Amino acid sequence: MTARMIHDGLFRLNSDGSIVLLGSRCGECENRQFPAAETCSVCGSDDQKIIDLEDRGTVWLSTVVNNAPPGYIGAVPYGFGVVELAHGLRIITLIAPAKVIEYGTPVHLVAHPLGTDENDEAVITYAFSTEAS
Amino acid sequence: MSNPVAIAGVGLHPFGRFDRTVTQMGVTAVREALSAAGNPSFQAAFCATVYSGVAAGHKVLGALGLTGIPIVNVEAGCASGGAALMLATNAVRSGQYDTVLVFGIEKMPRGIIRSSFFEPWREQAGLAATPAYFALRATRLLRDSGITKEDLARVVVKNRAEGVNNEIAMYRTPTTVEDVLASRLVCEPLHLHMLCSPNEGAAAIVVQRADLAPRGSVKIAAAQLRSHLPGSVLGESTPLSGGPDENIPAASTIAALAAFEEAGCGPDDLDLVECQDTDAAREILAYEELGLCARGDSARLVRDGITARGGKLPVNLSGGLLSKGEPLGASALAQVVELNNQIAGRSGVRQIDNAQVGMAHTVGRGANAAVVIVTK
Repeated sequence: MTARMIHDGLFRLNSDGSIVLLGSRCGECENRQFPAAETCSVCGSDDQKIIDLEDRGTVWLSTVVNNAPPGYIGAVPYGFGVVELAHGLRIITLIAPAKVIEYGTPVHLVAHPLGTDENDEAVITYAFSTEAS
Repeated sequence: MSNPVAIAGVGLHPFGRFDRTVTQMGVTAVREALSAAGNPSFQAAFCATVYSGVAAGHKVLGALGLTGIPIVNVEAGCASGGAALMLATNAVRSGQYDTVLVFGIEKMPRGIIRSSFFEPWREQAGLAATPAYFALRATRLLRDSGITKEDLARVVVKNRAEGVNNEIAMYRTPTTVEDVLASRLVCEPLHLHMLCSPNEGAAAIVVQRADLAPRGSVKIAAAQLRSHLPGSVLGESTPLSGGPDENIPAASTIAALAAFEEAGCGPDDLDLVECQDTDAAREILAYEELGLCARGDSARLVRDGITARGGKLPVNLSGGLLSKGEPLGASALAQVVELNNQIAGRSGVRQIDNAQVGMAHTVGRGANAAVVIVTK
């Protein structure tokens, strides 16, 4: 059984199980944002093109969530933080492993099995990992 | 036409956990404020609340037979009370009304603040945990400003020492750096006692044309609300992406600049500050965002006791949210009540000398940031 993506449009699932994060680039002001949106959050333009985002970056900020927040369907503790992609886009993400990761540590995008939802369906989300894939 | 605006009366319901409805708590605070102001008639009311549901302000005034006037319920996250005070101040200043009642009420759900702000999938994915965002901002502050976990604990110790003598505070016992650091780690670098508790309470302020207010009333010199500028991944608007943000002013910064301009004063003129200390790092970040010190220079304010009682610029003499807890709609107005009482010389054992100009600051979801400046 294939897993369900946590939210439509966040990423593309490849046949080999890998994922590609989807962002959008503004044709007016060049702003890049994630997730992809119909309008630019900087200039308001609706000239938006969906783009593949880089699958590598470095850790900009990192912490660990030790207790499950309301609504969360995954395991605790989990790593959480900001990863900076090439060209400076900073993304809020889960980070593996679940420990505080030093600023500047290289990480790469992974498909992360989150858990199961209220219909017992397996759910995957995006995460960045320090570990070799 | 621009009328000087005064605080004619203030009222509070204690902050904590109570077996009372949000309406009952609102009634207590509103009655106290109106009584202190000499029970004036008022032409409008603004009620600040986030979690109280439809027409919450109408229920409070309905319980007191004080309806008929326009009642507007205001939601601006943690800054809701500041937003309501801005609307009231501007209405009186412009001459629309002589007297406006402002009140804030809240009965927060228990535990981590949950918000309809987030789409359900973000909660499911673990990307909506409020303390985790606090922790990321704190981590950046530690890195950029040389703040240590001991400094974070010092802020808690400072504020909890003030909460001891504040009868409306939820936590009234002092603490130590060791005890704060020994409390459970929530999200590195934040330990449990570095985070404020969402709770319940109410606050009310009668805003009135200064020439009609009781003699010696404290003046509202500025009341400003701002939202975020786009671009920072760490902004209180909690986007999932952003870019380099070193040159993007925080919502608190633009609110403070606007307030200083409206009041015709600057950071050096302040005698005391009440600022958002939802977590200990948030207070230190506020020092920088409000211009109380240069960027990156906040560690000095903590370590040299500049923002403690007896220092050059005491911050959170009320005990802050770390002592009082945070009922969202009421917290900003309770800050202004604290400033009002200090400036009016009515703070009892907590009174400081020469309190003439005070600033209140709240920031949170939206993003919303409010800055209020009051003067003798």
